Amino acid sequence: MADKVTMPIEATHIMMFARSVNDDNQIYYDAEYAKNTEVGHVVPPPTFYRSVAQFDPDYFLRPKVGEKWFGSAKGPSGIDGKPASSGGLHAEQHFEYHLPVQPGDVLTVTTKPGKVWEKESKRAGKLTFTETILEYRNQKGELVVTSRGVGVKTERPVDQG
Amino acid sequence: MALKATDLKVGDVHEEIVVENLSRGLLVMYAGTSGDYNPLHTDEVYTTQAAGYPSVFAHGMLTMGLTGKMLTNFVGDGRLKKFGVRFTNQVWPGDTLTSKATVVAIGEGEIELELATTNQDGKTVVTGSATARVD
Repeated sequence: MADKVTMPIEATHIMMFARSVNDDNQIYYDAEYAKNTEVGHVVPPPTFYRSVAQFDPDYFLRPKVGEKWFGSAKGPSGIDGKPASSGGLHAEQHFEYHLPVQPGDVLTVTTKPGKVWEKESKRAGKLTFTETILEYRNQKGELVVTSRGVGVKTERPVDQG
Repeated sequence: MALKATDLKVGDVHEEIVVENLSRGLLVMYAGTSGDYNPLHTDEVYTTQAAGYPSVFAHGMLTMGLTGKMLTNFVGDGRLKKFGVRFTNQVWPGDTLTSKATVVAIGEGEIELELATTNQDGKTVVTGSATARVD
């Protein structure tokens, strides 16, 4: 991820995100309803914050104008000679919620590198784990959310046996 | 709907089916909202022919999001302090997932939960923990 990304919190994005996690809790859809809840406003669902990827200009898992994309087009991959596995899977994800967030907030998200370690696995060969820590601060500079993700690159596709 | 510590005891369980017969459509929706367009989740041609998997599979974060729905339904909105998971198995189109929270500790104004999401075969796809504020 880019070192610093601006993530505007928008009601429509929250609504669409809630739909995409199969959640019909009206606090994500209806500002009037949300007003009468304990929180008093629309809030993002707890895992919403990884959608910062939308606002990251460097995010590599998004097709970009004028660049080749490794997903299928006419052939199974748009990149010739690309290795068979894209390799990266998500191993762990942890959030800490420090302060409430609502539509209208503008978060600044900064990345801190974490640990890197390796492990041998019967199902996928050598595994390389990489930890990434993201800190989300609001327009007042207050730390609102911390995210710690662990990605794993596998030597080969995970055996389903 | 706020939870009260006095109404809870260690070992209490809240359980929900969070998705039934998971559709590729939901994977497409999740790609669109999360911004994670990794073709492994939406592009059957790439995933089977180039990457070597039997089919597209769910974003780990979608499974966490589904688990989060159960969690906020249980503890209420704006009450989570911590929520963390490990992705233990992949989730495939057609899966039906059940998420479960078990109260493992009750402290001063907060509870600790152990989380697990399992598929229709009883295989665990996510394990985790959460801390939530209670009255």
